[in-house]
Amino acid sequence: MQGEFIIKQISVFSENKPGRLAAIAEALEKSSVNIFAFSIAEANSFGVVRALVDKPDIARSVLEKLGFAVQFTDVIAVRMKDEPGGLYETAKILGEAGINIEYAYAYSGKEAAVLILRVSQAGEAIARISAAGGSLLRESDLG
Amino acid sequence: MRCWDPRIEEMPKDELSKLQYRLLKTLIYRMYSFSDFYHVRMKEAGVHPDDIRTLADIRLLPFMYKSDLRDNYPDRIFCASRDELVRYHVSSGTTGKPTVVGYTQKDLDLWTTSLARALTSCGLGRGDVIQVSYGYGLFTGGLGLHYGAERIGATVLPTSVGNTERQIELMQDLKATAIACTPSYLIHLGEAAERMGISIQKDTHLRSAIIGAEPWSETMRTRIYETMGVRAYDIYGTSEISGPMFSECSEQKGIHIWGDIAYPEVIDPKTGEQLEAGEPGELVMTVLQKEALPMIRYRIGDLTRIIDETCACGRTHPRIERISGRVDDMLIIRGINVFPSAVEHAILGISELSGHFMIEVDRKGSLDAMLVRVEVVPEALSDKINDLINIKRKVEHVLKNALNVAVSVELSEPGSLPRFEGKAKRVIDRRVF
Repeated sequence: MQGEFIIKQISVFSENKPGRLAAIAEALEKSSVNIFAFSIAEANSFGVVRALVDKPDIARSVLEKLGFAVQFTDVIAVRMKDEPGGLYETAKILGEAGINIEYAYAYSGKEAAVLILRVSQAGEAIARISAAGGSLLRESDLG
Repeated sequence: MRCWDPRIEEMPKDELSKLQYRLLKTLIYRMYSFSDFYHVRMKEAGVHPDDIRTLADIRLLPFMYKSDLRDNYPDRIFCASRDELVRYHVSSGTTGKPTVVGYTQKDLDLWTTSLARALTSCGLGRGDVIQVSYGYGLFTGGLGLHYGAERIGATVLPTSVGNTERQIELMQDLKATAIACTPSYLIHLGEAAERMGISIQKDTHLRSAIIGAEPWSETMRTRIYETMGVRAYDIYGTSEISGPMFSECSEQKGIHIWGDIAYPEVIDPKTGEQLEAGEPGELVMTVLQKEALPMIRYRIGDLTRIIDETCACGRTHPRIERISGRVDDMLIIRGINVFPSAVEHAILGISELSGHFMIEVDRKGSLDAMLVRVEVVPEALSDKINDLINIKRKVEHVLKNALNVAVSVELSEPGSLPRFEGKAKRVIDRRVF
């Protein structure tokens, strides 16, 4: 039941230098992979590009062929009200449950803003958010 | 058999010193009388053979350098006439013009004796099948080990280098118990066997490896034992002193230098001053009985230290530690000597890294800055930036402890750093002095 709300994010290790993001984006474009959401975390000389895409397996294999190190990471996606307090609602649920947010990024979906979360306990987070009346996305809801 | 020649190998230290003094004195008189080259060099240094009154006086003698052989190419400093020579070997010349070494029959006999003692000390002998996978030909490794192995009554399988699959088949079919090769070839052979579905440990009789001619490390020794079940012994030599000559014994605590064959010293590479046993520095070797091309205080350029205590195996001859690097590879970073080999050793011990690395040195203002680029293995990568920063910090910490100088570390994408076949060039020094 909770498993359907787990979404596969691709995480790509990349050196922080000109042209690396272009190389990733070009590879995805050539294989007709659409990017729904995306973020970069960087530390001086290297970074991790994280993305939710429509075809994660294809994305992973084309990037690995180019020599990138790619991993799948389980994340969850929560619909937020696109108004003041929207982020607070979700963050409060997790904070009170003692669930740590490792990192998060957001995108503006078709119907609502969507918050992507990498948390310490994904199953527990899904249960708490659902119980509090929050709305989670399935992989098929992305776009 | 524990010793090939127990009378010599277990000779009391004072007797050995007397023997060495006698051999040195004879050598110096001969060189002063018959070698135009060394006669001039001694005159320039203001030393006469009569000044050598004790073994310690060896420090008065002038050095010989690789460039002496190159400048006198091919054979102008040989001390034997051509009809006394029975063989030539020629070094590859990776660091310049090739150098030629000539051998009389006695030179070959001593070289073979040296290796017979070395191989015996590794526990090899009659009944062993020794696969010699060093190159045969101008390089000294193949023929040197070949005759050494025959001398101790082992059976030689002279495969030389290359054609790895056939080497593995022959190793299985002829039940090779030992192999002599470079460390990188041994690892390559192990990987090739794995691809063929053959386990060196379970499907062959291989139990020992005599490896050298390239730098390697304790970490590699452990890896070789864990993956192949093979005990690896370090062998040492260079063509100018004959070829591979000396090795570890079964104690694996340093390389025995047979005192009747060679006299090792360790000096400060900058001042040329002799250092005490135990102090690290540049190895200088005097080959005491060589006829065709005697080498006196030859500056090999390898870094090590001398271990003077009698070995647990009972052999009294001095030992040298595993070579830790080359004098000419040494970097001076903010006044501290840094050897790329030490960086390699530290990096091989970190499981998150692939073992490939590059060193870049720059000068920022008036300060040297050393950057080490390392590759993280895919399994250690993480989507969390903190995990990656922690790996970077760990590598910085390990390197700082190993080198005594702060270095910055950058993580590179797996597979992105250059791979080297043959001599690795891992240092880019952009400093302008």
